[in-house]
Amino acid sequence: MKHLAEYRDADTARRLAAEIGRLATRPWAIMEVCGGQTHSIIRNGIDQILPPEIEMIHGPGCPVCVTPLETIDKALAIARRPETILCSFGDMLRVPGSREDLFAVKAAGGDVRVVYSPLDAVTLARSRPDREVVFLAIGFETTAPANAMAVQLAAREGLANFSMLVSHVLVPPAIRAIMMSPGNRVNAFLAAGHVCSVMGTWQYPPLAEEFGVPIVVTGFEPLDLLEGIRRTVAQLERGRHELENAYPRVVSERGNEAAQAVIAEVFAPVDRAWRGIGVIPASGWRLADAYAGFDAERRFDLTGITAEESPLCQSGEVLKGAIKPSQCPAFGKECTPRTPLGATMVSSEGACAAYYNAGRT
Amino acid sequence: MAEPPPPDVAGFACPAPLRDRPQIVMGHGGGGALSQDLLEHIFLPAFGNPVLDQRGDSAVLDVAGLLADGGRLAFSTDAHVVQPLIFPGGSIGELAVNGTVNDLAMSGARPLSLSAAFILEEGLAIAELAGIVSRMAAAAERAGVSIVTGDTKVVERGRGDGLSITTAGIGVVPAGVELGPRQVQPGDAVIVSGTLADHGMAIMSVREGLAFEAAIESDTAPLAGLVAAMLAACPWLRLLRDPTRGGVATSLNEIAAAAGLGIEIEEPAIPVSPVVASGCEILGLDPLQVANEGKLLAIVPADEAQAVLAAMRAHEHGRQATLLGRVVAEHPGIVVMRTALGGSRVVPMPIGEQLPRIC
Amino acid sequence: MCLAVPGQVESIRDEHGIRMGRVNFGGVVKDVCLAYLPEIAVGDYAIVHVGFAISKIDEASAQETLRTFAELGILEEELAELRESDEPARPAADKTEPAP
Ligand code: SF4
Repeated sequence: MKHLAEYRDADTARRLAAEIGRLATRPWAIMEVCGGQTHSIIRNGIDQILPPEIEMIHGPGCPVCVTPLETIDKALAIARRPETILCSFGDMLRVPGSREDLFAVKAAGGDVRVVYSPLDAVTLARSRPDREVVFLAIGFETTAPANAMAVQLAAREGLANFSMLVSHVLVPPAIRAIMMSPGNRVNAFLAAGHVCSVMGTWQYPPLAEEFGVPIVVTGFEPLDLLEGIRRTVAQLERGRHELENAYPRVVSERGNEAAQAVIAEVFAPVDRAWRGIGVIPASGWRLADAYAGFDAERRFDLTGITAEESPLCQSGEVLKGAIKPSQCPAFGKECTPRTPLGATMVSSEGACAAYYNAGRT
Repeated sequence: MAEPPPPDVAGFACPAPLRDRPQIVMGHGGGGALSQDLLEHIFLPAFGNPVLDQRGDSAVLDVAGLLADGGRLAFSTDAHVVQPLIFPGGSIGELAVNGTVNDLAMSGARPLSLSAAFILEEGLAIAELAGIVSRMAAAAERAGVSIVTGDTKVVERGRGDGLSITTAGIGVVPAGVELGPRQVQPGDAVIVSGTLADHGMAIMSVREGLAFEAAIESDTAPLAGLVAAMLAACPWLRLLRDPTRGGVATSLNEIAAAAGLGIEIEEPAIPVSPVVASGCEILGLDPLQVANEGKLLAIVPADEAQAVLAAMRAHEHGRQATLLGRVVAEHPGIVVMRTALGGSRVVPMPIGEQLPRIC
Repeated sequence: MCLAVPGQVESIRDEHGIRMGRVNFGGVVKDVCLAYLPEIAVGDYAIVHVGFAISKIDEASAQETLRTFAELGILEEELAELRESDEPARPAADKTEPAP
């Protein structure tokens, strides 16, 4: 595929890795915030061709992983209702709630459907006026334009049987939370290219300045990742801490303003709990008051649903980069992708699952 | 009082001739006239062969000659459900035949005869059933097997997925052929017979909610002929496996676990057609985890690998056969991939259904 | 997060008042919402996430990035020549082959 294959060339990758090796004179811990980047790093074995000085810390950028247990339990409660059809992205189906996952609810008769796009859920609502269609709207900034458009469209068409259970999260507040957390070891960040394609890069220079960390906007293919790392290391070695854009073919400073406008209309900032990390102020989006009628949390009585996470699980420490997954006592024992205790073991993007699947210890 | 007219038995004509019903009704599974109708108008004409035509309660096969010089009987069964019933490149009918034929072939057997049991859902269009049955018959002919016995049941609407087919089959393993995980040795070559993930992606391309347009066809094919050609080139094949559900990742993990050895594969060697690779890319799927229905994995002594590959490439179902990797003594039970970039990663056993990812 | 893939816009239409298009991803064609890229035209490449085009690919920047990579290769080669008889290179550099 054009614009993909060019960024996978093995020879160039080795050259970039060699260049990073030439630049690095001491150990650096670099966090890729984004789960998609984690996936690509592990899948291509990029961490293994990096020089030993460079340690990649896998950040909290998997929306599936950080969706709070409580939200999952609410989704499960909605899916159990006979009048509802719960639509979700495929990744969410396997995420365990307190007692079961969406597969189990589906097996027990709940109508749970995998959609590729939130518009598919709107289409379903249009064709099934007899049912309540609820879309489990998770994601980072990248997914927000799609989810926002779905709500807007439902509002315009007056689809009274459509609603959303929203659990949107944002990258910049998470970077701030990581930098402020005790024991933080992160020296620099790769910012998530696709988040920035929507939001632009203007949110990041203040963070780079405040915490004195280089932030390099990075793509997802092997060469993109290596180039992001190379630029990060170059900054670190020179003692700089700036925002750089290593993904300019997709990301501009201002981002997608049409998308930002719709997001601003449909969503409003909210303090959001991140699974394993806890509440981060203003780190998420909820539906704006004008669209409150489409909020599944208001439409269905979900009171009394609260959830406790497994006391064994250290996923918060993993997500913050304080420990490696293999340092969690439950890793590979009580906790495996088949029997995940924390969300980071569930999604293939999750740091614990990525470690487990790669056989990293 | 007028006498009622005597019943005109000879001239009786059913107002709705049974076989002209457009859909399956419960009565088609009742064993009576409707069942007979299905048998006579759909199944027998398609599958007709001397054994089936006996219409006995069981098929009686004379295999003594085939087993005389040390051949052994292989016996396998496979249940098939798929949505949609007809998909690009095939239907549940081809799957039902090829599935069992291939299971037999993986033990080195030459498949002989199949049974077929149909569970029909009330409301299934008879034309659709007929179409699938004729595809099935054609698949059996291509595979060189006959369908010698069968059964049909009907379930109420909403209690079946249109149609499911269970086939069982027997075949003969020639004397001297001994395939299995115990034969696998460190150093053996791992060969795959062609491109991966075609079947799974063909199904995905027509699945509700995911539908996309792409020239992707299921690879469903009978592999017994290919296996015979491979055995002719190298009677000491160690093990064969058809990587269906769960894909090559599942089969390799099973082989590694059963053999108590490690397997190493090379990422650049993994054969995937460009359009299938694109489909996997947009849905976030790993082609190693996606189903195949006409491919096999072979573990072969290293010094025979080239001969086996040559034999495979000369066969219509093995044209794109390629060396995927090797068996190693290290990391028993674990499959490791050398990535194109020079790193490595474990190829895990997929957990469940393949779901498109957003992240 | 955010699996997003580049594809080429094949056609553009209006559906339920929304700008939609057919986008070709290496032979796989899907319906994609183009509402967020009002300037995109048939033939352009866009990054698509969950059925939405979120960013038009800037060809000039793409070329620029690829050129940087290519130059890196040439530079590496020159460095390798300079180092010829020097101390052994790092392990990662061992695998470096001259650009074709
Ligand atoms: S290994 Fe499991 S229990 Fe430990 S941090 Fe990861 S998800 Fe939590």
